[in-house]
Amino acid sequence: MNRLLLLVALLGLLPAHLVARGTYQTPDEFLTGVFDGQVPGPRVLWLTGERKAAAKKILGHSYPSLRVRYWMRDARSAWILEEIGKDMPITFGVVIENGRLAQIKVLVFRESRGAEIRHPFFTEQFEGAALDRELALDRPIDGISGATLSVRAMKKIAALALYLDTQAQLQHVTPSP
Amino acid sequence: MKLSMLTPISVTLAALVGAQAQAADMPSREEMWRIIQRQQHEIETLKRQQQSTEEKVEATGEVLDSLQTAAPASGTVYTELGAKHGPFEHGKAGKTVVGGYGELHYNNLDTDSGNKKEIDFHRAILFLGHQFSDDIRFFSEIEYEHADTSANGAVELEQAYLEFDLNDRHSARAGLFLVPVGFLNETHEPPGFYGVERNPVETNIIPTTWWVGGAALKGELAPGWGYDLAVHEGLDTGAASNYAVRSGRQKTSEADASDLAATGRIKWTGIAGVEVAASVQYQQDVTQGQDAGAGNAWLYEAHTDIRRGRFGLRALYALWDLDGSGPASVGADEQKGFYIEPSFKVTPKLGLFARYNQWDNRAGNGSDSEKKEYQIGLSYWPHPDVVLKADYQTQDNENSSTEEDGFNLGVGYQF
Repeated sequence: MNRLLLLVALLGLLPAHLVARGTYQTPDEFLTGVFDGQVPGPRVLWLTGERKAAAKKILGHSYPSLRVRYWMRDARSAWILEEIGKDMPITFGVVIENGRLAQIKVLVFRESRGAEIRHPFFTEQFEGAALDRELALDRPIDGISGATLSVRAMKKIAALALYLDTQAQLQHVTPSP
Repeated sequence: MKLSMLTPISVTLAALVGAQAQAADMPSREEMWRIIQRQQHEIETLKRQQQSTEEKVEATGEVLDSLQTAAPASGTVYTELGAKHGPFEHGKAGKTVVGGYGELHYNNLDTDSGNKKEIDFHRAILFLGHQFSDDIRFFSEIEYEHADTSANGAVELEQAYLEFDLNDRHSARAGLFLVPVGFLNETHEPPGFYGVERNPVETNIIPTTWWVGGAALKGELAPGWGYDLAVHEGLDTGAASNYAVRSGRQKTSEADASDLAATGRIKWTGIAGVEVAASVQYQQDVTQGQDAGAGNAWLYEAHTDIRRGRFGLRALYALWDLDGSGPASVGADEQKGFYIEPSFKVTPKLGLFARYNQWDNRAGNGSDSEKKEYQIGLSYWPHPDVVLKADYQTQDNENSSTEEDGFNLGVGYQF
């Protein structure tokens, strides 16, 4: 019993990170890394009509906003999106390049379990993923036992970001002179 | 002039007359210039109108975003949108969550005492949780078993604990929580496991579902390495139940805390789709000092879960070592079991499984107490949080009079 109490005390002294628990990277830090410090101005994609329906199909529920902000330079786009795991939302940063998922990161994790999804051994499965005709990921993703809902949330966000990227690319048609 | 020459000439003359007539109908150059200028003016006007409309739409969007960042009414479940990075920034204090799961079972089993046909709403669970601050939260689980407390039912508090974040990798719990051992003891929502009923090895040996009052630490030692340490109420079993561990659960209901227990678990999830874990528990007196013939108890448990593509494999082994002449006299000094469960996802919505279970709550002697159960079945998920189940079981027990063979049907949900 005394050893356990000592262990509790030692764990309490472990150096706390400067950011709040579960914030692994702020959105600003994420975007700075994605665009090598030269972050372009944010753009807006309206989720109306067909886009709204597609987002609902991917997520299984309506997206809780009319618009989504994103950052784009050439064929690379970056998205900050959230989805509920079990009870709390998880904040993800996603990078799409040439229509394929280049990177997905857990920026903020608020639940008490399932945070293993943030590790590279799990997220690297998503690299290179694209969408199939059913707006689902074109590959299976092996899950993490005990983190099923967190895994599901990340898969949905990955698919959503890929879809939104296609819409954003269509939106930027250079007008004729 | 021949008639044959007149026809081409007349055609040509007619064409020339027609062209001259058309030329007379076309607007003049000055008129065309005025038309072009008018059209250009209309284009410029439409462009300005379009730009104005876009600015209004953008402004409307900004107003919507700012409205949705307002603090919510107290006690409501809310979404909160962050203005800068939108769409939202959650996790603020004041959030209450509601959830639950449940399952209805139909059992049709042949037993020595006849055919057992039963429909039972085995359990309906309500989760209530509250986030006091970014670092302190409450979680609870209330279970309603077998529908009616005046019949065979019960209402039980299975979880009710406060969780405190010590830092970004470690947290502490105090209250009533699930013992960190096995698969199903902590994660037992119906869509998450195969089989209508929970497997008999974890039910009888772990013994799932096993909740205790106490304090615990949990966290991450390194990427993919998780741990749990808990000090909590122990079992209180006895000779009347042949020292069966399942009957020793006190359920934190005025639990005798004369002899506490300590549980530790290490878990590795360093490869996607793979989990390997082991738990150890020690208790100084498994009868809370009530039986001089009983002594300490050790629980050893290990399991693995592998999911690669469509294939799954789950295996678990658990062993109790109970000290004292009392448990040894009935063979309960050793209680153990294991199971292995391969599975295959035919489609994302349909899964097949088979499971071999073997367990014995009196393995310490030669009594006919060992049980074996073979199962095959399927799960169908019309929605990821809803499941329809069917399975067939057959038992091959050392005491054949205790066998139960037949099929089970079930429907379950979680939210």
